Formats: sequence, C-alpha cells, structure tokens
Amino acid sequence: MAKETSPTKIEAHGFNFHYGTKQALFDITLSIPDRKVTAFIGPSGCGKSTFLRSINRMNDLIDGTRVDGHMTVDGTDVYDKEVDVVTLRRRIGMVFQKSIPFPKSIYENITYGLTLNERVSKAELDVVVEKSLRKSALWEEVKDRLHNSALSLSGGQQQRLCIARAVAINPEILLMDEPCSALDPISTGKVEELIAELKDSYTIVLVTHNMQQAGRVSDLTGFFLMGSLIEFDRTRTIFTSPSKKETEDYITGRFG
Amino acid sequence: MNSIANTIPLPKRLLGFFAVLLAATAAFAVVGVILGMVGTFLMNGGTGVTWTFLSEFPRNNNTEGGIWPALAGTTFLVLLMTILGVPIGTATAIYLTEFARQDSWFARSVRFAVNTLAGVPSIVFGLFGVGFFIQFMGTGIDGFLGTSSFGDGSLLWSSATLAVLTLPVVIVSVEESLKAVPRDLREASLALGATRLQTIVKVVLPNSVTGILTGSILAVGRGAGEVAAILFVGVTYSSSSIPSAVTEKFMHLGYHLFVLSTQSPDVDKTLPLQFATTLVLLGLTFLLNLTAILIRSRLRKR
Repeated sequence: MAKETSPTKIEAHGFNFHYGTKQALFDITLSIPDRKVTAFIGPSGCGKSTFLRSINRMNDLIDGTRVDGHMTVDGTDVYDKEVDVVTLRRRIGMVFQKSIPFPKSIYENITYGLTLNERVSKAELDVVVEKSLRKSALWEEVKDRLHNSALSLSGGQQQRLCIARAVAINPEILLMDEPCSALDPISTGKVEELIAELKDSYTIVLVTHNMQQAGRVSDLTGFFLMGSLIEFDRTRTIFTSPSKKETEDYITGRFG
Repeated sequence: MNSIANTIPLPKRLLGFFAVLLAATAAFAVVGVILGMVGTFLMNGGTGVTWTFLSEFPRNNNTEGGIWPALAGTTFLVLLMTILGVPIGTATAIYLTEFARQDSWFARSVRFAVNTLAGVPSIVFGLFGVGFFIQFMGTGIDGFLGTSSFGDGSLLWSSATLAVLTLPVVIVSVEESLKAVPRDLREASLALGATRLQTIVKVVLPNSVTGILTGSILAVGRGAGEVAAILFVGVTYSSSSIPSAVTEKFMHLGYHLFVLSTQSPDVDKTLPLQFATTLVLLGLTFLLNLTAILIRSRLRKR
C-alpha cells in the first residue's frame, strides 16, 4: 500500500466497528506515517469519521458500540484494557467539524486542557497561550483581547482557536474531522496553510468532504466506501492513477 | 372581490371563525380567572398588609395581630428544603443524563420512580414523612444519641418531606438543562484529556446553572404553598417564638390560612386577616416566579 519511508505512527489491522447491530467499518488495515498529513475521503456515511474517532476512542461515548481487530498508536493497542483513555486522549488532539469553543475567554479556552491535572504558573500559561495562538496563526488577531469571550470571534477564528486549544496540550497526533466544512473559502485557506505548517510537528489525520482539499494538503489519501477502505496510497497516485475503479469513479465525480 | 377568498365555502369559513373564537375565549378565561382572583384579594386584603401585620405575632387566639412567625417559618422551611433537596435532585439528574446507560434497567427504574413521585398526592407524602422521617429516622437518631428532640414533628422533618415532594421538579428541570448542553462541547472537553467528572464540573454544570436555579425556584414555589404534606410533620397553629433550632415546630402561611378560616373561634372576625394572609402568600409565589424568570433571562443573555 503506502510506500512511505517515515515510521508508522498509527496502525489499524483488521479493524471492525459496530454501532449496535449495524457494522460501520469492515476489516480496515492501514498504516499512518509519523509527521505526515493523511486524508480520508469518501461519501457521507462511508465510515471515515467513525474511523477517525476510533483512534482516540471518542466512539466510546456512544452506547452500544463494539470494536474488534487492532488499532495501535506507537505499537500500543488503544483498545487494550491496560490503556487509560484519558492519557490516550492527552496525546491525541482533536478538531471537530463545528468550531465549538467553550463559553469562556480565549485565554481560558487554550489553558483548559493544561490546567486539568496540574497546577501551572501564570507565567508558563502565558507562554503556552502565545505559542499555541502563534502556531494556529491567530495571535496577531486576538493578542489584545485574550480575556474576551471566545464566542465573540468569527467562525474561522473560532476554528483556529479550537486548533490552538488542541495543540496547547502538546499532542503527538492531531485528528481533524472535516475542520473546514463550516468555513468560508478565506478561512479555509488559512486553516489549510496551518495544516501544512503543523505537519512538521504533528501526525495529522484529516477527514474531508472536499477532494480538492485532500489533494492540496495531504501526503497520503485513503478512500472509504460503505465502511471499507477501498484504496490507500500517496495522494498524487490516488488522484492521478488510482488502481481501483471505485476510487476513479469517485474522484472523477461519477458518484458521491 | 378577491376571487381567491371566494373559493372557500361559507360553512368552512364559519367553522374556522368559530374555532378561533373558541380558542380566544378560552385564553381570555385563563387571564380572567387570574385577574379576578388577584383583584379580589387586592381589594379585600390590600389595606390589611401593613408593616405591623408582617412583623407582629398573632394575638388573641389568632383573631388579631400579624403573621410574622408564619412568614418566618415558611421562609426557614423552604430554605432548608432547598438545601436538602436540590443537591440530591441535581445529583440524580447528573447521574441520569451523564453516567447511566439510557436503556439500562436501573436508569429506567429511576425515571419511572421520578414520574410516579410527581403524581403522588401530597397528603401521602405527609404520611410518609411521619412514618419514615419521624418514626423511623427521628426515633432512631434519638435512640442513638440519647436525645428526645428528633422523634417528633419539626422544621427539619417538614423540610425533608417537602424536599422529597419537590424532587421530581428539580430532577426534571435540571435534566432538561443538562440535555441542552451540546454534545460537541462535552466531546471537545473529553478530547482534550478531561475525565467525565472534570467535563461535568468544568463544562456541563456551568452551562446549566440556569436550569438548576430555575428548578430550585420552581421547587421553592411549589414547596412554599404546600400544606397537606406538612400537616403531620411539624407545623403548628400557634407559636410564641420564631424557631431557633431545626428540631422545633413552626408556623406556616398556608396552614395559618387554614387555621384562620376553619379553626378560629370567630371566623367572621378573622376575614380581613385571611384576605391579607392570602395576598402575602400569592405575593410570595409571584415574587419567586418572577425571580426565576429574571435569572433565566439574565443568564440566557450572557
């Protein structure tokens, strides 16, 4: 499948996922390399978001879900009984489709994850807040009103705040679930630039409805269809010479 | 004439007209009843509500004087009831919405119990208070501590009985407000490595303060006017002092009204007192509801 030289960060092997009696993912096997952008595309309901949310076990919150097979991060099975899900999620940041800041100040939004389990000095927090906001290209826009409500920001700024909030806890992986689907083209452009910059420090997994976006920002692309991973390869290969007919049909807009 | 209007046959138009008329009349009737009631009590009792009336003890076998001990007793009662009931109700609502599996046997039993509790007549709560709080818990505590103050009706046991009675009100309104907190907000918190408890304390509860306050005030409103439930568990028709301990008996506005209108040696003589007391009770309920509405709109704006 993927011919990448960088080491594997996340690996799924024979991974199945069920919502109650309905199976949503079928026998997914793939390796996501470290510090690359990996995109998942596919029509609505194809399982790409379910797969993403399985990596940091967000699906645990839904009653009646069941997994089998393996999902490993750095070689450790995240569904192993020994794994503490809270610790796991501290290593994996997540950005959601809807930018949903906490109804607190900009500053408090970013320090939220940091202050959960330890006392951090004000000076240290100040440093992290500035660093995270600079990383998410928001610092210049909000540096004079850090203590205003995060809800006073525009939609695009809110989404970049959510990215800042996620990188503030210094994760190794950043999961992004259709992060631009509610944004205008200019904000989308900013978030995409951001993804390109962040990939030097994080392993980024991106779910998107927008094929052009996958083409622009990702190194690898996986195509999901009806709960199965149809094809997974370098983005350029997927978009120029896919090996499966389904992929080609989807890319060329014959369905979906 | 407009050709579109003419296509609807006359009987149908008449039917529509009468339907609207009926609905409007019903709506006016509701307003009318309230206005009539408030008006009657204002006219007959308005002059009776004076500072002396509010601040004096009843005199001469409840035929003269004021309502101060009843006012104080009612206030103590609902305060203690809130302290006892709201935390339990809030905790139950948190359990039901945040922790329980929605289809589990236990969660369904709790929900069934809450709904049943809401429909139990209040006099039954009063009897439950006697049996459980006074005879079982009170006597038990007395036996354990060697005291004799818990095994009888008191402010404490009345508050506890009312707390149980108002539990469904608190649970339902807190649950509603917890459910209104977007799921995304919870997920965002959990994805940042917060535990469930941290998420509830730092994100969910601050976002549902409105509901908790509204629930408490609705419970207070319900509890303040309740008489049947406290009949046997500590209310008294006459008292020469304000209760200084939770184990003492107390006077209550609603019960005082009952006493004035049925147990007085001279009911006609107490009529002005009855109107004035009713007005105070109505005013108190109105004030509580107004507070609930104000808090809600203030917090919603924020």
